[in-house]
Parts: sequence; C-alpha cells; structure tokens
Amino acid sequence: MSAPLLSVEGITVDLPTPRGPLRAVDGVDLTLAPGSTLGIVGESGCGKTMLSRAVLQLLPKRAKLGGRILFAGRDLVTLPAEELRRLRGPELAVVFQDPMTSLNPVLTIGTQIVETLQAHLGMDTAAATRRGVELLAAVGIPAPEQRLRQYPHQLSGGMRQRVAIAIALSCEPKLLIADEPTTALDVTVQAQILDLLAREQQRRHMALILITHDLGVVAGRTDEVAVMYAGRVVERAPTPRLFTRMRMPYTEALLAAIPKLDSPPHTPLPAIAGRPPDQTRPLKGCSFEPRCRYADERCRAAKPPLADPERLGGLFACWHPL
Amino acid sequence: MTKFVGRRLVYLLPVLLAVTLLTFLVASLLPGDLATTILGDQATPEKVAALRAQMGLDLPIWQRYGIWLWDVLHGDLGRSFRTGETVWAAVTARLPVSLELMVSGVVLALVIAIPLAILCAVKSGTALDRFFTGLAFGKLSLPNYMVAILLIYLFAVELNWLPATGWVPFHEDPLANLKSFILPAVTIAFAEWPVLMRVLRSDMIATLQEDYIAMAKAKGLRPARILLVHALKPSSLTLVTVAGINIGRLIGGALIVETIFALPGIGRLLVGAIYARDFIILQGVVLFVAIGFVMVNFIVDMLYAVLDPRIRHGRA
Repeated sequence: MSAPLLSVEGITVDLPTPRGPLRAVDGVDLTLAPGSTLGIVGESGCGKTMLSRAVLQLLPKRAKLGGRILFAGRDLVTLPAEELRRLRGPELAVVFQDPMTSLNPVLTIGTQIVETLQAHLGMDTAAATRRGVELLAAVGIPAPEQRLRQYPHQLSGGMRQRVAIAIALSCEPKLLIADEPTTALDVTVQAQILDLLAREQQRRHMALILITHDLGVVAGRTDEVAVMYAGRVVERAPTPRLFTRMRMPYTEALLAAIPKLDSPPHTPLPAIAGRPPDQTRPLKGCSFEPRCRYADERCRAAKPPLADPERLGGLFACWHPL
Repeated sequence: MTKFVGRRLVYLLPVLLAVTLLTFLVASLLPGDLATTILGDQATPEKVAALRAQMGLDLPIWQRYGIWLWDVLHGDLGRSFRTGETVWAAVTARLPVSLELMVSGVVLALVIAIPLAILCAVKSGTALDRFFTGLAFGKLSLPNYMVAILLIYLFAVELNWLPATGWVPFHEDPLANLKSFILPAVTIAFAEWPVLMRVLRSDMIATLQEDYIAMAKAKGLRPARILLVHALKPSSLTLVTVAGINIGRLIGGALIVETIFALPGIGRLLVGAIYARDFIILQGVVLFVAIGFVMVNFIVDMLYAVLDPRIRHGRA
C-alpha cells in the first residue's frame, strides 16, 4: 500500500449542548490511499457527517475538535487559513447532501463554477466559462451553455447535484468527500448520481469518501467500508469481506434493515429496536449494548476496542463477534 | 423582466388613486373652515358663503375630489391662499434640500451599517459583536435632537469647523453647500444606522449558517468573496426593505433635523402649512410625499427582483 493520502488520527468532536458537551465523534482513526474509495456508513446522528466536516475543517464554530488530520502530509487542524483555502478545491472537495441548499440561490450556475476555476487555476473569464461548459457536459447536463446562465431553482434536484459534482470536480481534487450525495434525490436519480461519482473517481484516479446511511449504496462502489455507531468506528473491513463475513451485530442489523427486492410483499422490515444512545451521557460499556441481542455483562462493563484479533484484515469493536 | 416591471406599474395606479383620495379626505377633515380662515374671524356669513361657493366648498365631497383630481391630472395643483405661491413652485423649491439631506444621510448610514453588520455577523457572539450591537441599541434609545445638539456643540461651537445652521444652494457654492449638509446628514445617519446594522447583522448570521456558504468555503474562495458575494446579496432583502421605508419616510422631510439646522426642506413646509391652515399647500405636499413613498416602495420591489432571481421568476 502506498503512503496514505488522508490519515485521520484520534479525531474527537465535541458539541456544546444545554445538557453538557456532546461527543459527536469519539476517537476515530482512518486512512485512505490515493485513488481509493472508502464508504462511511451509519444511521442519523452517528457522527459520520461531523467526521466529514472535521476533515473538511467546516465544523460549526462552537464545535471542539481534537486529534490530527493529515492530508498529503499536512495537518489540516493546524494549517493556517490561507493555506487551507488553497487546498480546498484543487486537492480537497466536497459534495453535500442537499443540492437544494448547497448551491447559492442568488448566483447563476456559471458564476458558481467560474469563480472556483478563477480562484485556483488563475483562468480568465472566457477560459473559465469554456471549462465550465466542458465540466457540465462531462457530468451529463444537456445544453450546458444555457445552464450556465440559469439559477439553481431553474434546475431539477438531480441536475443541481450534477452541477454540485461538476463544481467539486472542477479543480481536479485528490480527495472528494460525498456526504449522502443521493439522500435528497429521487430514487430514480440516485443510481445515476452514484454511477457518475464512481465513473469520475476512476477516470481521475481520485480518492473518494462516500458517506451514507445505506449499506446498499456502498456495496458495489467502495474498496473499504467503515461502519460508525455513536461517534465511533465499530467495524471496518474491505468491502467484499464486510459483506461476506461481517462481525459486528450492529452491521448485521443495518444490513437487515435494507428492504430486499426478492422478499414476498408485506414482509415486515426488521428495524433496529431502541434509539441511538445519548452522547452527552456516554455509556461505560459498548454503546450498542442496549440495542444488541447478543449483549451480556461484559458488554455493559467495558468498551470493546476496535481491533483485529483474528488477523484477517477486518477491524471490529465487539466482545461477541458474529 | 419587462413583464414583471409592467405588472408592478399597473399595481401602482390604484395605489396612487387611493393615496390622493385619502389626502383629500384628510385635508378636508382638518378642523376649521377654509373660507373663514382666509377671510378672518370678522367676515360676514354672506361673504364666507360667497367664497365657499366660489371655491366649490359647498359641493359634496366626492364632487370636490373629482374636480381636484381633474385639476391635478391637468397639472394644476393649486396655489397657496396665503402667499400666492403655486404648490408646484413651493414643493420644487424645497425638494432638493430634503432629497440631498435624505440621500446623504441614508448613504452615510449604510456606509456605517454594512461593514459593521458584516463584522458583527462574522464575529457573532464575541465581545466585539456585543460591543457594537450594544452601541447600536444604546444609540436607538438616544433621541435624534440630542445628537443634533451635541454635534452642533462639538463641531460648530467648540471646534468651529462647520456651520451650525443655514443652507447654501449647491449651484451658488458647492463647497459651502456640502459643509451645510455634513452635520444634518450625520444626524440622520446616526438615527438610521443602528436599525440597518441590526437587521443586516441578523440576516447575515442566518445566511452564514447556510449550506451554500459551507460550499463556498469548501470551494476555497477568498473570505472577502464569500462575505460580499455569497452572503451579502441573499442577506440584504430586509436591509433594502427597512432602508426603503426610512427613505420613504425621509421624503416627507426630517422635520426635527430641518428645524434644528434651519434647512428649508419639505418637512418645514409641511408643518408651516399646517400651522397656517394653508390647506392647498398641505394637500399638495402630502400628495408629493405619498407619490414619493409609493415610488420608493416600487423601487424596493424592483430591487428584490434584482437581488433574488426566484422573485424575478415568480417562484417565491
């Protein structure tokens, strides 16, 4: 394995709440090789978005960040603002969840693409506009010249997400973070957007972090998957391995919650009972213990570490692996 | 866009009609009889009745409105009973003074308010933000005439840099004209900036939470561009509204400021007309002010469309 492009070491994110600090991300380590794809999966509130915001250095002002985020050899946490700004776009880019809110409603599509190109590549307006047209065409937008003059509200959700992807790709980033890029879209468009991301990722040899609550989304499209629960990574394995031999009861429960096309009609969907834990009041033991059907005294007494006791290349945090 | 402007212009007509009718009713409802006022207390009832008939005051109110409207539509706003000056001449003589005062005051207020609002929004919650919002709040509770008198005391009496009162027409001596407007404009600006600053600050804070601002940061844009292009434009709708209302209000003259600094503006014309029961002047001035107000609101509506394409395309 080549030197990692991104190496996240012991990241913690604390958010102040009226009930005390909430540990949204609790000591996450991740590494990502250039050109590889990592899926981060977990239900709402598991800290996956906060983790991505931490990597992007876009946390809310009140949030407290700990740990190190090494990106291409530089620590993003301590990087001066101006150096960070130069990094964003040409090296580090993002596609947000909701294209209805991630594009500026009062600026044209053209302005929003051209300004990015001008900020980093020093293009004049004419060259940047030509490049903008190429980019829109590359992400499958018909009549790109006309789209440049339009405003986000004149485009459909799927088209807007394509525009957001075109903007993210515009300066050829080395790492793209896609934070639930299809959650806000019609089901029919979801696969198209995911295929577009996968295609561009391969074509550009770009590393991709795909964040989702849907294990089905990461199944065929990632090299490695990290499953998050209550701010921690609870299982991490190469994607094929995860699906053939998952060890963490939470991952199993997540997979069971995906509706299957071949189940007979009206089959009840197995949901995960209970609620995610209150992260202002951390549990002493495993945080999935209250909802886990395999839990016992040991799970209540001590937190299982994220480890690979069997030396098989997959990490999991469970005392009673499946 | 042309359709949008056209539709707005059509809405304007009934508004102006309603405004003129109200002007007329209010002017007619003022206590005291116009004929008696003109002829004095000692006039015989016959003489009063004759003047009333001559002026059409004995006609029913709707007929009088009709005649007045007819005259107004033909460009005849009437003339003062007292001075014989036409309404048109009286208003056009004072209007430049009030307009200059309004424009310089509001521009100065915006020059103070916009940078402070952006600064406070970016630094929201810090000591700096609390200091300026506190200052704005304190200023809001300080009456305007106090500011005017303090300014006169400091810059006219103590330092003797600027004239305390009076006005020089621009075409006579531009420099003296500007000098005579500095203190009044500063007084207006002092009254206006706290409100403008507070509305822009709170809208700006809300905008800075938006996903598209995070996106703009993630694109690696310069902070100045994020603030001035991505955040300021969508945050300025309330600012434009409030500034528009204040400008509309100032078209009617800033009475206190005009009085303290002895500026011959619309405000003093209006109050003088009320004291002198000069109903024709009063009615004409109110009509002008109302048209000005409607026009400013029309411009504000147009600015919405310029600032927000969703309004332009009729989707918001």
